Amino acid sequence: MTSHLDGNALAGPLSELFRDDMTIATGRCAHCGDVSVLAQALVYDAAPGWAVRCRACGEVLMVIVRTGERMMVDLRGVTALEVPA
Amino acid sequence: MSFRDWLVGTVVSTQSQTPTAKSIVLEVPGFGGSSAGQHIDVRLSAPDGYAAVRAYSLASTGPSSTIEITVDLIPDGEVSPYLVHELQEGDELELRGPLGRWFVWKPEVTAPVQLVAGGSGIVPLLAMVRAHAAAASTVQFKLLYSVRTPRDMFYASEFAALASPTFEVTYVYTRETPEGWPTPAGRVSRELLESATIPPSESPAVFVCGPTGFVESVASWLVELGHSAETVKTERFGGA
Repeated sequence: MTSHLDGNALAGPLSELFRDDMTIATGRCAHCGDVSVLAQALVYDAAPGWAVRCRACGEVLMVIVRTGERMMVDLRGVTALEVPA
Repeated sequence: MSFRDWLVGTVVSTQSQTPTAKSIVLEVPGFGGSSAGQHIDVRLSAPDGYAAVRAYSLASTGPSSTIEITVDLIPDGEVSPYLVHELQEGDELELRGPLGRWFVWKPEVTAPVQLVAGGSGIVPLLAMVRAHAAAASTVQFKLLYSVRTPRDMFYASEFAALASPTFEVTYVYTRETPEGWPTPAGRVSRELLESATIPPSESPAVFVCGPTGFVESVASWLVELGHSAETVKTERFGGA
């Protein structure tokens, strides 16, 4: 069984795409409306990337694919991504 | 240099913490220092271009470009066997950081602090204890540290040396206790958390780090005991 991690582990990968540290960014789950910092989301290894799930309802917030050449972030389950000023 | 750039560190020294865990001190030109609780990504690249990246918590803290991580061996892992068994003084290692600004303690925060560590989850919490000592902070710090056996403990002598009126450690042995230990081996429980940690009435900042199952049990018990979920910060490193 693969055990999940949490959003803290995505600080490095997401720094390749976003200017600010994303572990302190908040997002609202499109399924259940839960609002939390990315650090608290549940992160499942889905090589070559990760599936990020809501801590409250378990639905997919985002999918990240990281290969040697490119990075793709699918934000299908996140609304209102917010970074502290 | 930014935290997102890959840097090259040189191993200054290594030290065994347990039969399967090693501390690695690196000098990293361009590293901009770190806050207590942050981590780095380490990248190992094969000649064919394949790269494996893993996150490791920093045991070190402060403005220095000399950093320390402690790596516990995952026998079938892609990165930790190399770091624990092969890496030697003078070797170079690719890394980026410091990373993560959420699971962080800063000396200017005045709330008391409760740390709860399972196994190698102690590493970022050690950085917080070091930052507390370095700042001569008078904030109350308590650590609950769960290990399987006395031989699995990281930084035992440093924790003993840092004990003070404002820093107290409670050890929990889950499989084997030291000789003469007053209680039998056993896991952290809700009852133990209630008796051995700072109560919710004192509004502590709580940091929990360890294997995923440990972190989730501890965090939910703390909330049941009356801690606000916002004050309980967690970091999971996977594992059993």
